[in-house]
Amino acid sequence: MDKSDSTQSGHPQLDRDKITQDLLRPVLHTSRRFYGITSILGAFVLAGLAAFLYQAYFGLGVSGLRRPVFWGFYITNFVFWIGISHAGTLISAILRLVNARWRRPVTRCAEAITVFALLIGASFPVIHLGRPWLFFWLIPYPSERGIWPNFRSPLLWDFCAILTYITGSLIFLLLPMIPDLATVRDRAAGWRKRVYGSLALGWRGTPREWHRLEMAMRIMAVVIIPVAVSVHTIVSWDFAMVPVPMWHSAVFGPYFVAGAIFSGIAALIIAMALIRKFLHLEEYLKPIHFDNLGKLLLVMSLLWVYFIVAERLTVWYGNATPEMAVLLATEKGKFLPLFWAMVCCNFLIPFPILAIKRFRTITGTVIASVAVVIGMWLERFLIVVPSLEFKYLPFDWGHYRPSWVEITITLSTFAAMPLLYLLFVKFVPIISMWELKGGEPVAAPREEEVPAWTGSTAPAEEPLPGSGD
Amino acid sequence: MAHRWGMVIDLDRCTGCEACVVACHAENNIATVGEKQAAMGRTMHWIRVERRWEGEFPNARVRFRPVPCQQCDDAPCEPVCPTYASYQNAQGINAQIYNRCIGTRYCANACPYTSRYFNWFSPAWDKPLQLQLNPDVSVRESGVMEKCTFCFQRILAAEAKAQAEKRELRDGEFNPACVQSCPSAAMVFGDLDDPQSEISRLSRSDRGVKLLGELGTFPKVTYLTRES
Repeated sequence: MDKSDSTQSGHPQLDRDKITQDLLRPVLHTSRRFYGITSILGAFVLAGLAAFLYQAYFGLGVSGLRRPVFWGFYITNFVFWIGISHAGTLISAILRLVNARWRRPVTRCAEAITVFALLIGASFPVIHLGRPWLFFWLIPYPSERGIWPNFRSPLLWDFCAILTYITGSLIFLLLPMIPDLATVRDRAAGWRKRVYGSLALGWRGTPREWHRLEMAMRIMAVVIIPVAVSVHTIVSWDFAMVPVPMWHSAVFGPYFVAGAIFSGIAALIIAMALIRKFLHLEEYLKPIHFDNLGKLLLVMSLLWVYFIVAERLTVWYGNATPEMAVLLATEKGKFLPLFWAMVCCNFLIPFPILAIKRFRTITGTVIASVAVVIGMWLERFLIVVPSLEFKYLPFDWGHYRPSWVEITITLSTFAAMPLLYLLFVKFVPIISMWELKGGEPVAAPREEEVPAWTGSTAPAEEPLPGSGD
Repeated sequence: MAHRWGMVIDLDRCTGCEACVVACHAENNIATVGEKQAAMGRTMHWIRVERRWEGEFPNARVRFRPVPCQQCDDAPCEPVCPTYASYQNAQGINAQIYNRCIGTRYCANACPYTSRYFNWFSPAWDKPLQLQLNPDVSVRESGVMEKCTFCFQRILAAEAKAQAEKRELRDGEFNPACVQSCPSAAMVFGDLDDPQSEISRLSRSDRGVKLLGELGTFPKVTYLTRES
């Protein structure tokens, strides 16, 4: 079992020093291109920040929101980014639990996506508030105002779920980083040594430490899966809990979770392809990783189609007047181009690419993933807006058009994600070095590695006997 | 004694004059948003008159339906508010506490009647309308939700007066601004729990229907359907 798995992980020729060297290169050396790209992305983020301050100062009226469409781009972005966050931790946790060996170079890329997408997503409920400076009134704490928040409100469930998820994902990301931070500490000098030294929490690599790390990772992997599933279910309940046509649907929970994982895997594939290209990690992120993730994406694409058919077919047959108004507006009316663009992006384009082995290459999966990310953004938009535009009383139907403020803030978050990621890659080895080494077959035992249990790098075999079952 | 305030709107009598809308604006310090914002759909008429055309020209006829907040017993807007800004007070009115509102606008999405209105900007009045602001009603700030209160300030004033005179409130002793100003007396306001009141008689009428009653919101506004 071990043998076949290690050949599957596909790095027979890499030795451990090369791994450390290759993966620490971006951390210890900074190119001019890095500064160029970060300042461009930073400019976009600043523009978004300026737009938000402008909106906070003058009032939400500078957005395109209007009665009856009280939620628009911001909530679309909120659901979208929370969705993107779902690949990371969930995929990584599942892959860790089933002990898939090919996961090793993938997990940290994925977990980092989760944390950053969550930070971006969680900022939108604040951005969209009428009085954003009072956002802390959502926090349940005994306040001088003498009132608790309303625990019946799905928004409060949301707040709690997302806070739990951010905390959990952060721990899940940071735990397996400790040995790698220790490696950086051992190789760095000057201020870097001090910073990484304190981040590594005094890691020495004793068997006890490995054992505890292993245990903590196992517990976190189990705990984080229900949290992840519940978070997007609760996000869907923001919609499903109110009597708005096409929102008030029992299928929304699983539908949102499936969509979240779908868009999350797509984001992960794009991130991995960019890291591979720009950090020259071709030897670590191999076609097999893209192939495997491509298969997952294919499964999720089919699942997405299943859910959208389940949702829409039942509404169509139910033939209730308010629901039909929304359904027809999306499929035949003013949202027709967006609806069918979504179907193309989420199914018609990725399906053939991912189903045919010849196309499931790195380029192929990246093309499919870009389509899926666009398609899933459209899906979120088509969930939020048409239902509000075509609520019960036809006299009050309205038309939503986003303003430049909303568009600027939306674009800035699409710059914020790569910016945060870029900075992360700069400070932390993006591929878990010790896990990668743990999965390597040892070519020949070398003197300096004896005993294998000491030092800040992982032992060549599984950290503990019996832990790799 | 607790009351359960309700309203009956006779669609047979409504002429669509919108006097109720104007009266409501004056009584409740509702901002006028201006032509451009109004065209975007950002008017804040706590009561609006919905227009509906039936038939083809030249045999077309117009029908009107004044829609204030329906003051639902099971209001979808209430449980969704994370800060209890939207809640039901002891007299059954779906009240809105402006100072608690942080502007999630969730209540407005949840309301099937779309009868909640958001302050997209700081409120403003065309001169000299700012001189007639009602001192009994707070002026709202940018970023909060507002809605019909059945002129709760008038309810409080009438209750205080009755208490001072040591008597019960009389049916029809006071009315919300919309009811008071309706020239065709299409609207009736009163205590639904008082079996003698005109409103409890009218709301039991065979012509009485609830707007979107099938949603199970149990509105306290009853419409009397047209017979002509």
